[in-house]
Amino acid sequence: MLKQLLTAVRITVISIVIFGFVYPALIWGIGRVTWPNQAGGSYVRAHGRIVGSRIIGQLWTRPQDFAGRPSAAGKDGYDPTATGASNDGPDSSALLARVRASLKALRSANPNAAQGIPIDLLTASGSGIDPDITPAAAYYQAPRVARARHLPVATVRRLIVAQTHQRTLGILGEPRVNVLELNLALDRLH
Amino acid sequence: MTLTGWLQAVLLFLVVLALTKPLGTYMHAVFSGKRTWLSPVFAPVERIIYRFSGVREDDEMPWYIYAFAMSAFSLVGFAYLYTLLLTQAWLPLNPQHFPNLSPGLAWNTAISFLTNTNWQFYSGESTLSYLSQMAGLGWHMFVSAGVGIAVAIAVVRGIARSGRSTLGNFWVDITRVCLYVLLPLAAVFALVLMAQGVPQNFNAYHTVTTLEGRAQTITGGPMASQEAIKELGTNGGGFVNANSASPNENPTPLTNFLEILAILAIAAGLTYTYGLMVGDTRQGWALFSAMATLFWIGFAVIYHAEAAGNPLMHQLGVHGGNMEGKETRFGIAGSALFAEATTATSCGAVNAMMDSFMPIGGLVPMVNMQIGEVVFGGVGSGLYGMIEFVVLTVFIAGLMVGRTPEFLGKKIERREVQLAILAILITPILVLVPTAIAVAFPAGTATLGNTGPHGFSEILYAFSSSNANNGSAFAGLGGNRFYYAATGIAMFFGRFFEMIPLLALAGCLAGKRAAPAGAGTFSTSSATFVFLLLGTILIVGALTFLPADALGPIADGLLLHSGRTF
Amino acid sequence: MQSGGTLRRRSAARPLVETAILKNSLLEALCKLDPRTQVRNPVMFIVEVGAVVTTGFLLADLIHRAGTPGFDAAISAWLWFTVLFANFAEAVAEGRGKAQAENLRRTKSDTIAHRRNAAGTYEDVAASSLRKGDTVRVSVGEIVPGDGEIIEGAATIDESAITGESAPVVREAGGDRSAVTGGTRVLSDSIVVTIATNPGESFLDRMIALVEGAQRQKTPNEIALSILLSALTIIFVVVVATLYAFSQYAGSTPSIVILVALLVCLIPTTIGGLLSAIGIAGMDRVMQRNVLATSGRAVEAAGDVDTLLLDKTGTITLGNRSASDIIVAAGADRTQVLQAALLSSLADETPEGRSIVTLARHALGAQAPSEPPEGTQFVPFSAYTRMSGVDLQSGSKIRKGAPDSVIAWCKEFHAPDLALMPEVERVARRGETPLLLAIDGSPVGLIALKDILKPQMSRRFARLRAMGIRTVMITGDNPLTAAAIAGEAGVDDFLAEATPEAKMNLIKREQAAGRLVAMTGDGTNDAPALAQADVGVAMNSGTQAAKEAANMIDLDSDPTKLIEIVEIGKQLLMTRGALTTFSIANDVAKYFAILPAIFIAAYPQMNALNIMHLATPQSAILSAVIFNALIIIALIPLALRGVRYEPRGAAVALRTNVLIYGVGGLIVPFIGIKLIDMLLQALHLG
Repeated sequence: MLKQLLTAVRITVISIVIFGFVYPALIWGIGRVTWPNQAGGSYVRAHGRIVGSRIIGQLWTRPQDFAGRPSAAGKDGYDPTATGASNDGPDSSALLARVRASLKALRSANPNAAQGIPIDLLTASGSGIDPDITPAAAYYQAPRVARARHLPVATVRRLIVAQTHQRTLGILGEPRVNVLELNLALDRLH
Repeated sequence: MTLTGWLQAVLLFLVVLALTKPLGTYMHAVFSGKRTWLSPVFAPVERIIYRFSGVREDDEMPWYIYAFAMSAFSLVGFAYLYTLLLTQAWLPLNPQHFPNLSPGLAWNTAISFLTNTNWQFYSGESTLSYLSQMAGLGWHMFVSAGVGIAVAIAVVRGIARSGRSTLGNFWVDITRVCLYVLLPLAAVFALVLMAQGVPQNFNAYHTVTTLEGRAQTITGGPMASQEAIKELGTNGGGFVNANSASPNENPTPLTNFLEILAILAIAAGLTYTYGLMVGDTRQGWALFSAMATLFWIGFAVIYHAEAAGNPLMHQLGVHGGNMEGKETRFGIAGSALFAEATTATSCGAVNAMMDSFMPIGGLVPMVNMQIGEVVFGGVGSGLYGMIEFVVLTVFIAGLMVGRTPEFLGKKIERREVQLAILAILITPILVLVPTAIAVAFPAGTATLGNTGPHGFSEILYAFSSSNANNGSAFAGLGGNRFYYAATGIAMFFGRFFEMIPLLALAGCLAGKRAAPAGAGTFSTSSATFVFLLLGTILIVGALTFLPADALGPIADGLLLHSGRTF
Repeated sequence: MQSGGTLRRRSAARPLVETAILKNSLLEALCKLDPRTQVRNPVMFIVEVGAVVTTGFLLADLIHRAGTPGFDAAISAWLWFTVLFANFAEAVAEGRGKAQAENLRRTKSDTIAHRRNAAGTYEDVAASSLRKGDTVRVSVGEIVPGDGEIIEGAATIDESAITGESAPVVREAGGDRSAVTGGTRVLSDSIVVTIATNPGESFLDRMIALVEGAQRQKTPNEIALSILLSALTIIFVVVVATLYAFSQYAGSTPSIVILVALLVCLIPTTIGGLLSAIGIAGMDRVMQRNVLATSGRAVEAAGDVDTLLLDKTGTITLGNRSASDIIVAAGADRTQVLQAALLSSLADETPEGRSIVTLARHALGAQAPSEPPEGTQFVPFSAYTRMSGVDLQSGSKIRKGAPDSVIAWCKEFHAPDLALMPEVERVARRGETPLLLAIDGSPVGLIALKDILKPQMSRRFARLRAMGIRTVMITGDNPLTAAAIAGEAGVDDFLAEATPEAKMNLIKREQAAGRLVAMTGDGTNDAPALAQADVGVAMNSGTQAAKEAANMIDLDSDPTKLIEIVEIGKQLLMTRGALTTFSIANDVAKYFAILPAIFIAAYPQMNALNIMHLATPQSAILSAVIFNALIIIALIPLALRGVRYEPRGAAVALRTNVLIYGVGGLIVPFIGIKLIDMLLQALHLG
């Protein structure tokens, strides 16, 4: 029995070395060589500085930018150091109150919207840093953005089409638009 | 529900199916000590580990030594992680200078990782140093998965062996499974994840100024290596709080698909390993079909509930499926599939928030855990959990053909029934009793994120998840000392009070002589048996929880449809 | 005893239970409410505790003039009924055995024994004081005072008290027919018997204890099943107890009476209530076939048997073979050979011998001598020489017997002519037994003895095969003959030229391969094999040693009885499995009846789960409780009779039983509860 206990300690020590240190270091080493950008955090540069990470959503409030989804991460949302969701149940009055408020705000900000409000713009994501919105959510905001940027709506729509990521292999996931990339593309139009 | 949604599920299932045989065959070779194509790389490492640890490869252990070695290893692992979490502030690889964890949280987290539960009362990105993550949690993710698989293999050895009293060598089993199975798969998977965008660095968090001029702190860390073993070992402990919903851990629909695949692959492969070990691969496929049936039922129900959406939202003129707590890139199908996979197994990773699922969508994960995660299940634990139900079914069904029940030629008698039932009995006790205590005392209801039946669901889910060593949560429930202690206890007993009786059962069966099958013995690989097995799982396993579930998600659903809110 | 032959198999018209037994059982069911008795059945004990609790609440209602006394009274009453019904089932099963025990006990009472004392004289003592090793004398008209072995003398004995068979049997010292059983009557002559059992251990005692179920030991499978049922009970106690807290969280405190009702409905009362009745009834069915089992374990083991060893003679074939052919060797004189065959068999009084005489006489016609010539010496058959024959006054010696023995005998004269040997083989291959006939060392002819198969045996073996049981024929014949007979009879395998050691080795070999072996036997040399076999059935006509080694004794001494015992064993297990499945499957409907009724107070929307549309919550709960109680009564006949048994493969049996008792168990309570609810409404009781 004592022998087994000693073995337990020894196996623990050597396996920590292998699985706790060698393995992550090996992956890190390979990553530095082969995918330095992804391994480093997929930073996006614009205007000569880092403006964020491609995979991390941001808070957008200006009318000329496409907005992302509501976020429950951190105090103001979109805080990568406090990822998380609202965790409101489907029958929670807090959820419904929030949705009502969002509805009101979206309606007043997008008076010219052609269609109903897509549900992703009213619901908080799981991570609170969802970088994407659905194409429908982008089209919904297109008239507002076009107007704020003094662009024809058709141009903005074309941009959305170009920025839409289709399902992987035609099956996996959902079509989506990366908000940061879309807004950067908009900026480049000027 | 959409066709592409279903196609995604079908594609996943087909890939799991296709991997089952090759992976199962490979694992069988590993556990029988045969040379594999990876031996040139790992055999020297394996020898070094044995020499360093003083392990003799051919030292066979009877069940109680096996159980003791397993417990001793778990105990040492617990002490190590607990100490690490309490001292991380003074140790290297802590660029954020996170303080030491509180003893309560450290205790809960250490038990949680020791038991392969990975319950997240901590939020990784704001609590844990890189050292705690990779050398603490990450190491546990390998070995706690390894322990599960080793125990499952020992249990199957007991079934397969005839007239011997030993079950193999725990140290050899755990070394081989971690080295030959988990490590190579994790390494390959980590590289794919990294290529898709999962970070792997040791940088300090980087604060950037966004286009709108706001500051945003981008996190980092050795995430890809951790994410890979998190799914492969059905661990589920997120590097960050939002777990696989976070684009850091799960950036694309492809990574989502692969993560679900990684959660299921080893558990599915083990059914084939089991078939090979008992000398009849149909036995493995029978378990596979029972699991697959439940998997599809579960997925269909979640997908349907989530796709139908929230009638309260529909009343506001907002249409579409339930997207609260879900990520755009995964959509409803990708979230439903992940939820089914992660609770069918003991993974507990989440890519969407169960707390915000529709009540029936949240009921399925809960039931998955309440029946003991036998739908593929945790790596290893799914197989031995299913074997409990098989023994029980064999006993009931065996009587119906007029013989003392036999499982693969071995008589299921008093002692076997006793041990199997002990392992099954522990589940309702460890879920229902703590839930009752929690709802009866203020400490239990103080940290609820929701009220009404949904609040009850949060508590019920927490204990279903802890006992089943899942680790997913209705995350509205906050941690306090009551929950640190209560879930810790549920996790501990849920793991070891299932493993040890099962090892004893295996020891019992190993010593028995197998009688050859004949026309008088019924086959445990027939369709009738699979049907009965499903009946036993649903009636003995799931119905036990019906009253509790009725007051939680079922009441929640009925109230919601009548328009009531909380 | 003589008149009824209580132990004889009942005619088909016999009612399942006599009215007298029913009356006694009602009383017995009440006595069994004693908690000290009830606690032996944990499931029903919980129901009794529940009944006490609800009755307590009823009393409180009545004292405080509050609550729902009508409902509480109804629930309490039905809970008591549930316990009583289960007790009644057990009492009825025991009652049938007790009636038999009563008859047996009458036989046993006040027998006087004449015991030989140290001085060698006999003294009268009570039979009950005899101990193992005592020697007693039993004379004409007296009752044998205990089980034992005849050491002197021979007698005809009336065994009807034990076997129900009225034809007397002969028992004599030495050999395989030396055992006598206590309670039987000596009809002629006088015998001296060594008593083989101590008081209380005799055959009769064991039989009485067994049928009474007095110290009934639970069988291994029954224990395992009890553990399962107790565990389910614990689970449901936890479920219901925690439900109290859960309901309070939901905002309504459920009444304890309702929670007790739910608990009773969920725990496996159906199988829990009938479990011991099934076991007792199974033993009873064995008894009705005139087989005594020393334990329930043995009967259960019979259901598990994989290999059945059957003696050829008496089991597969009728005991006597008859001569079918007499073959004359080339060059021998036909008349001389036939006469030799006739002469050598004239003194042989066995049916075989007589059949040779008949055949030879028929062939010789007028030339047949009616009497053996003067001075003929008969040489009887012995197991050692395996030959018999005659020595004529002329000095000529005629022998007939097993070919190898006869050839060996011939070799004492000169090297024998082996021309007949191919013929010997041909006869053997036909499944007949060749007897070589030789005169003065020269083989002259061959007598073929044909075995007569018992009718319908091959069908029985096919049944056994369908059940998954392999039959092995044991015979002293040579392998060729054995193979032919085995083929004709349809057994799966045979052991030829069997010696006791070969038989023992066969059993050990089968057991080492993990198979359970059953065999029958009667001789002393069968005893070790009977003891080694998992199920050993001794013939009552056999020796005391065989009976002691066996775990069952067939009073009819019918070796094919083993097949029926196997069927009873299987039926016993099947009945338990079927009712367990049924009981567990029932829970689904009960949940749907009771849960909405409990939760409707907290959440009216829960009525959506009331898929049976039961009228009111009270009526729903009461209907479930009533159904739960009545189903026990409804299933008593099934428990006593056993589920329908058909010999068929396990796969088919499993599918059929799952369909009937599993799927049926899911559906029946939905219908039953709904009907009771409708009835309650019609009677304005709900």
